[in-house]
Amino acid sequence: MSDISCKLLIIGAGPGGYVCAIRAGQLGIDTVVVDEGKPGGTCLNEGCIPSKALIHAADEFHKIARAPHGPLGICTGTPSLDFAKTIAWKDGIVRRLNSGVSALMKKAKVRFVTGRARFLDGKTVSINGSGDGQIIRAEYIVIASGSAPVELPDLPFGGPILTSSEAMKLTQVPESLAVVGGGYIGLELGTAFAKLGAQVTVAEAEDRILPLYDRELTRPVEARLDALGVTVLAGAKAQGYADGSLQTDQGPVAAEKVLVTVGRRPRTAGIGIEELALTQDGPFIKIDSYCQSSMRGIYAIGDVTGEPMLAHRAMAQGEMVAEHIAGHAVEWDKRAIPAVCFTDPEVVSCGAAPGEIAGTSSASFPLQANGRALASEREDGFVRVVWRDSDHAVEGIQAVGAGVSELSASFALAIEMGACLEDIGATIHAHPTQSEALHEACLHALGQALHI
Amino acid sequence: MGIFAIRLPDIGEGVAEAELIEWHVKPGDIVKEDDILAAVMTDKAAVEVPSAAEGKVVELGGEIGQMLPVGSVLVRLEVDGAGNESEVQADTGKPAAPPAEPEPATAEAPVKPPAAAPVPRSNGTKPLASPSVRARAREEGVDLRQVPGTGPAGRISHADLDNWIASGGIQQGGVIRAQNTGIEEVRVIGMRRRIAEQMALAKQRIPHITIVEEVEMSALEDLREALNAKHAETRPKLTLLPFLIRAIVESVREQPGLNARFDDEAGVIHRHGGVHVGIATQTPQGLSVPVVQHAEAGSLWDNAAEIARLAEAAREGSIKRAELSGGTITITSLGPLGAIATTPIINYPEVAIVGINKMQIRPVWDGQQFQPRQMMNISCSFDHRVIDGWDAAVFVQKLKTLLETPAMLFVEG
Repeated sequence: MSDISCKLLIIGAGPGGYVCAIRAGQLGIDTVVVDEGKPGGTCLNEGCIPSKALIHAADEFHKIARAPHGPLGICTGTPSLDFAKTIAWKDGIVRRLNSGVSALMKKAKVRFVTGRARFLDGKTVSINGSGDGQIIRAEYIVIASGSAPVELPDLPFGGPILTSSEAMKLTQVPESLAVVGGGYIGLELGTAFAKLGAQVTVAEAEDRILPLYDRELTRPVEARLDALGVTVLAGAKAQGYADGSLQTDQGPVAAEKVLVTVGRRPRTAGIGIEELALTQDGPFIKIDSYCQSSMRGIYAIGDVTGEPMLAHRAMAQGEMVAEHIAGHAVEWDKRAIPAVCFTDPEVVSCGAAPGEIAGTSSASFPLQANGRALASEREDGFVRVVWRDSDHAVEGIQAVGAGVSELSASFALAIEMGACLEDIGATIHAHPTQSEALHEACLHALGQALHI
Repeated sequence: MGIFAIRLPDIGEGVAEAELIEWHVKPGDIVKEDDILAAVMTDKAAVEVPSAAEGKVVELGGEIGQMLPVGSVLVRLEVDGAGNESEVQADTGKPAAPPAEPEPATAEAPVKPPAAAPVPRSNGTKPLASPSVRARAREEGVDLRQVPGTGPAGRISHADLDNWIASGGIQQGGVIRAQNTGIEEVRVIGMRRRIAEQMALAKQRIPHITIVEEVEMSALEDLREALNAKHAETRPKLTLLPFLIRAIVESVREQPGLNARFDDEAGVIHRHGGVHVGIATQTPQGLSVPVVQHAEAGSLWDNAAEIARLAEAAREGSIKRAELSGGTITITSLGPLGAIATTPIINYPEVAIVGINKMQIRPVWDGQQFQPRQMMNISCSFDHRVIDGWDAAVFVQKLKTLLETPAMLFVEG
């Protein structure tokens, strides 16, 4: 294998890395991407996309199963599930997207190298070990190596103890599933398995689920989990697994499988980053507002650079870094990064939470007063707006409700454009849609709510 | 419930009207008896008007800066009991303001509409601008924090950015300074208005002649130091002013035409026997001139103590009207800020003013060589209508002589 010299080398083909590569290719930069797996990274292969496929399948199954008990007058027989077929369908979607990303990179004239990269120095990387491995020399290197699930010492992965990726590869719905960690990943998958028929218990060490979100936002999710028969053990510490039970300080929990989702750590080990002595920010690589690390010519994007570990943040960083390397005047100046939990109901948070910034106030509008929500059998949740008292500039928008993830675009757009309450209040929102709740929340903030 | 009208009281000394300079209450406030309602300004002094009753303020009688005749309604109160005027009567005047509704204290109370653009941005606040405006600003090298935004909440539009660039706001590599197009409107009211009127009157009517002379202060400074050292324990420290007062008293004894008030309407000069020396004093509200009455009768220390007392009273605003009027000649001093020369404006209707400039060591030729001497200039203005240049010069020379040979201040003849 011949050595490669290029202008830009990107380590990792996740959403950060491949977007950076495509943009760099568009800008005429000679770009190489290295990844040991398929393009798309965690997000596409074992995260965002497959989990959404699984959640969709679970929702469909659950709807059919619940239909005879619902108010709509729909009669069905008892549905059955061929879960292996569900997983195969999901894998098909992932494959389609894999090849889609590959094609996009190819179109941008980006070279993709399969293998594990390791830094030899700040300009040189070896592929698949030192010595006889291939060498890639680059003027600029972008570290986009992502993150990996955190393992608990008492619950080492393997056998019935699953990572989120492994949970999405099961061919049978487990009888019982214990989820350790009540963050968004655990709750999304836990809820899906509950809808598919598993007896699900969530053990969360903090005193409530989704501890990073405020109580108001998580309450409708708690209520729904309860309705779905999911047991939540708050303030519970997992201590080990034995005889088909998860041991906790609140007693044993019957669990055919245990899903551990207690967080993700940046993937910095094993690629020679230590030798470069890059300045760290805790376990993460410290970056400036151009995503530059402490070493000239080395950038870092995505999960290795810290919270929030979100694919769309990595993508935006990747795009910006490609333009920065191309000499464009760019800088990280985002006002808001929307975050979505695809729980049931979904939670969206964008910008500042109430009380996060001094001199702000908040107001919310309940979906109970929204016609579309009622007509969709889902009136749980609300939309909430946070604004600056002095000039009514919108600082944050949050929502909880079925399907509110699609509202996140208008939330982010409003904040990024610097909208005021009056701007949103004066914008016509289509009726009947959930989006009217944002309009009404802003009117309510102005003391002019019409439907409350 | 009745309506109780509080009228502007007779402030005395024949004052027929007063300027409203400050409200201490607003409609809806509950006031008790003797609570201060408002401050009004007469020719000389600010007067606070207390409430004569207890009740809720329902109407204010005027706006800041307005002249109110004595006896006009200052405040209408809603009181328990009958009050002192009927509702009907009250309505014949200005319509009574509706009682203010207490604001609902809910967390989500509607807030006031935002101020009109351009909105000032507080320090550390990121400017609001859409991503495309931000990107273009970076391309153009513009720091958006400097750019005034005309949109809601001070949002910067493409047009704002265009204007900024067109106006030459770009300074590559340098500090970008925003044009400050704001104009603050400051109403000239109260004491400032009095000062403005008084100064304009003096300059319009009096043709000033100003003489600047230098004075060698070593002897006086030695004497002052010795006196202060002698009485350090028992008496307040002497400043230059009581000596100057003494010098003026001595000088006008020979030139009574300078210790006078000129009634130019009537064409009469009132030459006063008593020397009432005004001391121009800076106060937080502006220039004030308290008067040391009968300075000719006071000792050095008497006058020193009186100056200190008056200055303090003027600064804290407790000075009486009588203490601000009746001067026959004035001293103005800016202390260490006193510069080399000034052109003092006569305190109308007086006819002379003595300004003292800063004291400093200057080289003085003694016939053989330069000597370092404690020197001070005095800048004196005179009303040239009634004082000729000759008389003015004689007065200034007399002052110089007395100050340079301070023994003459205390020795008869």
